[in-house]
Amino acid sequence: MTTTTYREAVRTALREALTRDSRTFLMGEDVGRYGGTYACSKGLIDEFGPERVRDAPLSESAFVGAGIGAAMAGMRPIVEIMTVNFSLLALDQIVNNAATLRHMSGGQFSVPLVIRMATGAGRQVAAQHSHSLECWYAHIPGIRVLAPGTLEDARGMLWTALQDPDPVVIFEHAALYNMEGELPDTAGPVDIERAAVRRPGRDVTLIAFGANLHKAMEAARLLAAEKIEAEVIDLRSLRPLDDATIMASVRKTRRAVVIDEAWRTGSLAAEVSARVMEQAFYDLDAPVGRVCTEEVPIPYPKHLEDAALPQPEKIVAAVKAQLGARA
Amino acid sequence: MTARADKVHLGREHLIGLLRQMLLIRRFEERCVELYSAGKIRGFLHLYIGEEANAVGVMQALGPEDAIVSTYREHGHALARGVSARAIMAEMYGKVEGTSRGRGGSMHIFDAATRFYGGNAIVAGGLPLAVGLALADKMQGRNRVTACIFGDGAAAEGEFHESLNLAALWKLPVLFVCENNYYAMGTALARAQSQTDLARHAESYAMPAEAVDGMDVVAVEVAAHRAVAAVRQDGGPYFLENRTYRFRAHSMFDPELYRGKAEVEEWKKKDPIPRLETWLTEAGLLHADDLPRMEEAISAEIEDAVAFAEAGHWEPVEDLARDVTTPPGRPEREAAA
Ligand SMILES: Cc1ncc(C[n+]2csc(CCOP(=O)(O)OP(=O)(O)O)c2C)c(N)n1
Ligand SMILES: [Mg+2]
Repeated sequence: MTTTTYREAVRTALREALTRDSRTFLMGEDVGRYGGTYACSKGLIDEFGPERVRDAPLSESAFVGAGIGAAMAGMRPIVEIMTVNFSLLALDQIVNNAATLRHMSGGQFSVPLVIRMATGAGRQVAAQHSHSLECWYAHIPGIRVLAPGTLEDARGMLWTALQDPDPVVIFEHAALYNMEGELPDTAGPVDIERAAVRRPGRDVTLIAFGANLHKAMEAARLLAAEKIEAEVIDLRSLRPLDDATIMASVRKTRRAVVIDEAWRTGSLAAEVSARVMEQAFYDLDAPVGRVCTEEVPIPYPKHLEDAALPQPEKIVAAVKAQLGARA
Repeated sequence: MTARADKVHLGREHLIGLLRQMLLIRRFEERCVELYSAGKIRGFLHLYIGEEANAVGVMQALGPEDAIVSTYREHGHALARGVSARAIMAEMYGKVEGTSRGRGGSMHIFDAATRFYGGNAIVAGGLPLAVGLALADKMQGRNRVTACIFGDGAAAEGEFHESLNLAALWKLPVLFVCENNYYAMGTALARAQSQTDLARHAESYAMPAEAVDGMDVVAVEVAAHRAVAAVRQDGGPYFLENRTYRFRAHSMFDPELYRGKAEVEEWKKKDPIPRLETWLTEAGLLHADDLPRMEEAISAEIEDAVAFAEAGHWEPVEDLARDVTTPPGRPEREAAA
C-alpha cells in the first residue's frame, strides 16, 4: 500500500500509458511546460519529450479534431481538455465526428481516442467555470463516458479506456485531485463496464458518481448514526449505464435516491430514475428521489454555491422523505 | 517614452491623471493579493500588474457612449473605465453590493452604467459579443465604438478568426485590442502561433492593424485615439496589438514553471509606472511631493473600497434562484413581448 492522491494516480496512469504503448501521446492546453492545469502531467514532458506530451494552443476544436484524426490513423491519443467548460468549443468534433465516424463509415473507421477533462463545481470559480455536463456526453451513442470517483479508478480506468476501439470520455471532478488515500502497489487497469457497490446497506440505495460519491458516503455515515443503513452505488460508467447493479440493489432496499451535480432537468439522475421506474417499479416502496443542483448558474459566493449544490444534509433529507413515505 | 502626441493633448494634468490611474490599478490589485491570502477573495484571481498602461491608455480614447467587452483579467479595465472601486471590491468579496450582486466575482465584473459588458472567462468568448454589440449600433445608426479586449491566447481560437472576419466583412465599429503579454497561462506565444506577429492576422482579414508598445501609456493612448477615430470615421473595425507583459503568475494557482525569473526581471525594467514617473520628473512636470500625495489618496480610496466590501451583505440563500430569468413586470420583459 502506498499513500497517494487522485492527482498522482492520474499521473501514474498517464505515465503507464505513455510507457506501455508508443502510439500513445498526451495532447492539450498546458499539459507540458505548465505541468497540467491541475498538475496531473507535471514532469511528464521531461520524461517523454514535447512530441508525446504536446502543448496545444487555445484551439479546443482543432486539437480535439486532430486527436480524432490521429486516432483514425493508428495512434492512441489522450486528449486533455482543460475543463468541461471549454469542451463546449469542441462539442462539434466530439458529437459530429468522434461519435459518428464509425457508424457513418459502415464500420470502416473507428476512433480509438481517449478524452480526459476536469468537471464540476465547488471551488468558487463562478458560472462559466463550474459546469457539470457529463449527461450531455452520456446522451451520445458512439462514445463511452467514465467518471472515476476513487483512487483505484483514477489509476486504472485510463489504460482500459485506451484498449477500447471507440472514443472514451473520462470526467475527473476537480474537487477530487487532492483526495488522499491508499493504493495497493499492484494497482493497475480496472474494468470500465460495471457500477460498484461502495457500501452495502439494506434500507435505501444512494446512486452517485465522481465527487458526489463522497457526499453520498458521508450521507450514509450520517444516516448510519440514526440506524438507517444506506447502500451506496458508484456508477463509474455513465454510458453505458450498468442497469443490473442498480436494479439488484434497488430490489433489495426498495428505495433509491440519485445524487447528481448536474441541474435536475434533463440530468443523468433523470435517466437513472426512469430506468428504475421501468425495470423495478413494482419493487419500490417510494418514488425515486433526486438530489441535484438547483436550477441556477453556479454563483460565486460560497454560501450560495453550497446552497446550489448537492450536500450530504440534502441527501439525508431526501432519504428521510423516502422513509416517511414507507407504507 | 514616446512623446509623439499627434492630435492628443498631453498636458500636465492629463499625464498626472494617467499616472494616477495606473497606480490605482496597481495598488488595488496588490491589496487584492493580501485579501486573497486572508481568504476574503476566493476562486480565480488574475492580476493585471505590469499591463496597466493598456487599460488606461485605451480608455482615454473611448467616450461614455462606447462599450467595452473584457476578459477575466479585467480589474484594470473596469477601474480605468470608471467603474466604482467600491463595487468592484464588493464583487470580489461576493457581496450583494458588488457590480454583479456578488454572483460573478473577480472574473465577471459587469456595469451597465459605464457600458462594461463583462469579464468573460471563456477565452475568446467575448469577441462574438462585441461583434454583435457593434452590429446593433450599425443597424440602429448609432455612431458608437465597441472596444473588445482579449489576450494573445485568444488569437488561436476559432472565435477570434470568425469574429475578425465578420467585423471586417460587415464593416462593424469594433476596436479589437489584443493585449499580447506573450503567454497564455504557460504557453509562450511562439509555441502557440505560426505567425507571432498578431497584427498580421488581423491584416489578413482586411482591417487596419498596428502593434504598439503596451508598456508605454502615452503610446497606447495615441494609438487608441488614432484607432477610435478611424473606426468612427470609416465605421469598420481596427486592430491594436498591445505588446505587454504580466509581472505576476497567471492566477493564484500558477507555480510559473514555464518562464525564468530573468525574463520577468528584464520586463520589469519597462514597468509603465516608473517609466511615466521618470519621464514626468525629467520634464519637470512631477514635483517631489506629488507622488506621496497621490499614493496617500489612492490608499484612502482603496481602504474605503475594502471597508465598503467588508460592510456589504451576503445575499440571503432564499434568493438563490434569483436572476436566472427575467421576472414578470420587468421592463425588459415587456419590451420583448
Ligand atoms: C476556451 C477556454 N479554454 C481554456 C481556458 C483556460 N484558460 C483561462 S485563461 C487562459 C490563458 C489565456 O491567455 P491569453 O488569451 O493570452 O490571456 P492572458 O491570460 O494572458 O491575459 C486559459 C488557457 C478558458 N478560460 N477558455
Ligand atoms: Mg496572454
